[in-house]
This record gives sequence, structure tokens and C-alpha cells, in this order.
Amino acid sequence: MRLVRRIAFVAVAMFGFGFAMVPFYNVFCEWTGLNGKVKGEATATGEYRVDASREITLEFITSLNEGMPLAFRAEKSKLKVHPGQYYTVNFYAENLTDRQLTGQAIPSIAPGLFAEYLKKAECFCFSEQKFEPHRERTMPVRFVVDPKIPEEVRDMTLSYTFFDITDRKPN
Amino acid sequence: MSAVTHEDLHDHHDHGPAKGFLRWVFTTNHKDIGTLYLTTALIMFFVGGAMSLVIRAELFQPGLQFVDPGFFNQMTTLHALIMVFGAVMPAFAGLANWMIPIMIGAPDMALPRLNNWSFWLLPFAFALLASTLFMDGGAPAAGWTLYPPLVLQGGNNLPFAIFSIHLLGISSIMAAINIIVTIFNMRAPGMTMMKLPMFVWTWLITAFLLILVMPVFAGAVTMLLTDKFFGTSFFNAAGGGDPVLYQHLFWFFGHPEVYILILPSFGVVSQIIPTFARKPLFGYSSMVYATASIGLLSFVVWAHHQYTVGMPLAGELYFTYATMLIAVPTGVKVFNWVATMWKGAMTFETPMLFAIAFVVLFTFGGFTGLMMSISPADLQYHDTYFIVAHFHYVLVPGAVFALIAATYFWLPKWTGHMYDERLGKLHFWLTAISVNVLFFPQHFSGLAGMPRRIPDYAVQFAEFNAMSSIGAFIFGFSQLIFVYVIIKAIRGGQPATDEVWEGAAEHGLEWQLPSPPPYHSWEVAPLVK
Ligand code: HEM
Ligand SMILES: [Cu+2]
Repeated sequence: MRLVRRIAFVAVAMFGFGFAMVPFYNVFCEWTGLNGKVKGEATATGEYRVDASREITLEFITSLNEGMPLAFRAEKSKLKVHPGQYYTVNFYAENLTDRQLTGQAIPSIAPGLFAEYLKKAECFCFSEQKFEPHRERTMPVRFVVDPKIPEEVRDMTLSYTFFDITDRKPN
Repeated sequence: MSAVTHEDLHDHHDHGPAKGFLRWVFTTNHKDIGTLYLTTALIMFFVGGAMSLVIRAELFQPGLQFVDPGFFNQMTTLHALIMVFGAVMPAFAGLANWMIPIMIGAPDMALPRLNNWSFWLLPFAFALLASTLFMDGGAPAAGWTLYPPLVLQGGNNLPFAIFSIHLLGISSIMAAINIIVTIFNMRAPGMTMMKLPMFVWTWLITAFLLILVMPVFAGAVTMLLTDKFFGTSFFNAAGGGDPVLYQHLFWFFGHPEVYILILPSFGVVSQIIPTFARKPLFGYSSMVYATASIGLLSFVVWAHHQYTVGMPLAGELYFTYATMLIAVPTGVKVFNWVATMWKGAMTFETPMLFAIAFVVLFTFGGFTGLMMSISPADLQYHDTYFIVAHFHYVLVPGAVFALIAATYFWLPKWTGHMYDERLGKLHFWLTAISVNVLFFPQHFSGLAGMPRRIPDYAVQFAEFNAMSSIGAFIFGFSQLIFVYVIIKAIRGGQPATDEVWEGAAEHGLEWQLPSPPPYHSWEVAPLVK
């Protein structure tokens, strides 16, 4: 009977282990920067020395989760940037429905390991966005690439996915 | 407990089986429960098989002929779930129930009531899963891996599928507990751990894998459930979650799971080959250690299923090498089987034929596995028919052949009658040839770029798919011969001797019992020398 109880305990513990992996995964990814997730807050602070000798191509990708009824695009699909210099790129989203929509944009940066060097001063992804019926909104993103970014990085991709959270909000 | 009731209990033990249908509902006898598991598995094998024939019929030609794409995806999803959890796992649980007590000289499983319960959860689990077919929006269609966010976008089948998985998980965990306790506590005097038959060893290690990973899978699908219905964001990026986390949790279960399906097959083959080669198993202790190391290594290679989701270079390298490492103990096993046959006085009865085909074709599947373990190469193979070919080679001529071999091997012991050898051989040749017609061309369509889980495909894949479908139908209908042979042997036939196979008595305790064994066997434990 002791053996039965011990094994059953291991089984229950493994069920818990699965859930314990959730915070562990988040901490691990944050620590290693593995999944290209970035904090939902401004990380660009102060001035950087502009390195005009380097040029990094930044690509912008926009997508919609589960067909959220928006027309969502970036002002341009590519931009060549100098590390250390601030840039602003506009994103546009139009609500295609007759009702009010609330969305949350989730950024993702590739290559994930260098995500921390793309620093934002202002982003529509920092908070949820409300869209009035059939209205288009202009949403600027202001950012700078940290000049400390390793030499080998020449291209980066910044992608935003809008998630429809209209029904998630209790109010 | 008073002396009188003790006597009563004792008396009760000497009875044979109860009469009628209720015998099967209330039974705590390991042989009855083994039979229940095996029968259920065989039925589910045909249910899952019918679904695969729907898939192959649709893929016989390019274009959409018979089913709509949504239903096609439901078929691929249910086919896999039913074959893994409904056919192969219960079949091995059935073999464990029938054979482990007999092979270690125990009168029954250690926890007979729990045993009854773990079986009777299954019909309810399958009913839940099958009920989704009749719902609005149909059955789950996101693949057996149930990846979010896709799986969360289906209809309301999700909770049914997930509760079904919970029940199946509880059932396997209880069966695993029972098997571990039986092997640790109920061995006959003299049956030391290093004398255990290989089938018992492999099941012991499998049982540990089950205990360690089934709960993780149950947890992961529970998170899917709360994400869909209770607004949590474990895997939802909008709420700060990450769908890739699900993949890690799933494959932490999933890779050991594929070894849960194959380790008992290794055990079966390690019983059969020595019997028909009339030699002891070559390298018994290396077999035990190889099985244990496969079990351990299976926990540290899971992300070879995720090379394409994005991993740093160090991760790709680590998972590549770790995965290749598994081929070493696996190679040891294959070497030992071949060495057991080497210069043996071999005969080729049906179980031996299936066992030899297992060694050859499973090894072939292992080789394609090695190809896919190389992460830069896997970028091409991933999610194509190449991987479909890989895992069907290890699972069909692997696990399923081992199950068929085991059935032919022990059927005379179970029923007391020899099966029809001529039909057995016919079944073997039809099966062994058609399985290759079925799965071999899939390597080529995969390498040429045909993706998996699609109902329609580009015309250049037409020939390979037509071949594959023809093989599938021959394979499927050949299995009816198998059912016929089993029923025929249950009904009657040439009586089997106690040892059934020439010289088998030296190869295990089960061959020292009468055929069929009495309802309660080894009530007096044998002495193992
Ligand atoms: C030397 C042994 C093996 C190696 C190196 C190996 C390697 C791999 C790799 C790298 C993949 C992922 C391919 C991809 O998704 O691109 C894979 C998939 C798979 N393997 Fe193996 N494997 C081995 C043995 C086995 C065995 C013994 C089984 C089961 C009995 C098995 C069952 C599977 C299954 C079911 C999948 C596909 C899972 C899915 O995506 O649905 N493999 N294998
Ligand atoms: Cu694997």
C-alpha cells in the first residue's frame, strides 16, 4: 500500500509539474529572450549615440488573429535605420464593422534573441485600442535600435498581431 | 477479520468465473480483464482503421471526391487519437494483464478492483470522444496534437474530447500503478529482477513513463479547456500567454508517449525471437539497460518535434545530438535480436514471421527518425508525408506487428487451441507486403513536398497516393483474416500442449501452465531457479 500511495503521489505531483512549467517557461524566456517577446511598456530612455556607419533593415508585418474585422497595415513595409536614431512609423487600422471593437496588439520581434535591442518609446501595443464603427485610426510607433546591437544583425522584423478582446472586457 | 469470513473468502476463490454478462462487468480476474482490454482494442483498431480508409479513399486521387475538408481533418484527428489511446495502448494493457501475473508466477494483479475500474473507464471515454462526431461542427479537427490556437477555434467538441482524454489518462495511470506494484510485490520466490522476462521489464519501464507523463498531458489539455471557457491565457498571446508553451508541454508527454507505444513491443519481440530461435535471448542484461536508457533519454529530446517553431542554435544542436543518442540503445536492442537468431535452430511460425518483420521494418522507421533528428534537414521533412511515413513505419510494422505477433504467440495458451497456421501465414504475407505498398511511397511524396493533413494535393503526387491507397485497402481487409483466425481458435481447433511451442517451457513460466490456464493460476507460487 505504501508503494501505491507513493506512485499515486508522483502522478499527482507530475500534474502539478505541468502547471509549474507555466511560470517557469515565462521566466526562462524572459531571461534568455528566446521567444522574441517584449515588455508591454516603453524601454527607450534618453539619447543614444547615432551610428551612421551601420544600417539595419527593419521589416514590418501586420496580422489579425481569428480574422478580427480590421483593415490593419503599416505605412511602409520596410525601413532602413541607423542604430541610435529615433524613428516613427505609422500603423493604420480601420474598423470594418458597425460596432465598437476593442483590440490588443501583441508585438513579436525576430530574431528573438535580439529583441531587447529594439527599444520603443511609444507604441499602440502598450494599451488596448478602441475602434469606433467604420473609423480608421492612425497609430504611431516610436522606436530606436540600441547601438549596442551585435554587428552581425542586419535585418530585423517587427510584427504586430491584433487580438479581438471586445467580448473579453466585462464592461 | 474473524476466522469464519476468512474461510468464506477463501472458498470463494476456488470458484470459476461467474455466469452471464455480469461476469465481465464485475470481474476482478486478471485474465478476464486482459480479455476485455484486448477485445476493446481490436474493435477500436477497426474503428480507427475505418477512419483511415476514409482518409485514403479521399486521397486516392487529387481533388475532392468523397468528404469535405472539415470532415477529412476530423478523420485524421480521430484516427490518430483512437489508434494511440484506443487500440495500441489498451492492447498492451490487455497483454500486461493476461501475461504479467502468469509470467512472474503471481496469482493475479496486485490491485484487482482497481484493475476492473481502469478497464471500465475506457468505454465511457470512447463514448465521449465518439459523441463529438454527432455535434454541431463535428469532432475535433486540429490534429491529435491539439495545438492551440487552432484547436480552440473549433466547436464545442473540445470539452468532450478533453474529458475523454482525462478518463483515458486516469485509466492508464491506474493500470500503470497496478503493474508496478504487481511486479515489485508479487513475484514468485526466486524470480529476481534480473530474471524477469523481457516483456515484464519493458512494461515496468513503460509504466513509469506513463506515471510521469500522462499527468502532464492531462494538465496541458486542462489549460486548453480553461483558455477556451474560463478566460485564462496560458496559450493566448493577447493575455500574455504563448502557444509554443503548449507544444513544449505536449511533446514532453508526446515523445515519451511514443516509447510507451513501442517499449512493450520490444518486450514481445524479445519473448518471441528466443522461442523460435531455440536459444536464450542474447545479451539479456544489456537489453534491460538499453530499455531503461531509452526510457530516460525519452524525457530530454521532446523539442525535436519543434525545430521549425524557432529555437536558438544551441537548442537545435542539443536536441539533434540528444535525439541521435537514442539510436544507440535502440541499436543495441536490434543487434541483440539479430544475435539471438544467429546460428539458432529457427522455425518460421506466424509469430516469428511478424517478429522478424518487426525487426526489419521498425529499424527502417528508426533510420528515417535519425534523418529527421538532424534539425537543418528536418526543416524540409517537417509536416510532410515523410514524417507520416516515419511514424507509421515505427507504429504499424512496429507496435501493431508486435501486437499481432503476441496474439499469435499466446493465442494457443489463452484458448487452448492452435490457430490455423495456414491462414496465419496468409495473413502475414498480405499484411507485410501491403504495409509497404501503403507507407513506402509516402516517403517519396513527403520528400517531394506533399504536406500532411490535407484532403487535396498537387497532381504530381497522384501516383504515390494511388499506390498508398491501394496498399491501405489491402492492408485493412487483410486484418479480417486475423479476426477470423482468432474466432476460429476460440471456437475450437487442434488442442494446444502446455508448452505450445517446441522447447518453450524453458523460456518462461507461462508455458508451464496448462493451455488454457485455469481461471486462477499460480495459487501456489512456483519456485524459480
Ligand atoms: C531512433 C528512433 C527515433 C528517432 C530518432 C525519431 C525522430 C523523430 C523526429 C525528429 C520527429 C519529428 C519530425 C517532425 O515533426 O518534423 C519524429 C516524429 C514522430 N515520431 Fe519518431 N523517432 C524515433 C522513433 C520513433 C518511435 C519508436 C516512435 C513510435 C513508436 C515514433 C513516433 C513518432 C511520431 C508519432 C511522430 C510524429 C508526431 C506528430 O507530429 O504527429 N518515433 N520522430
Ligand atoms: Cu519524438
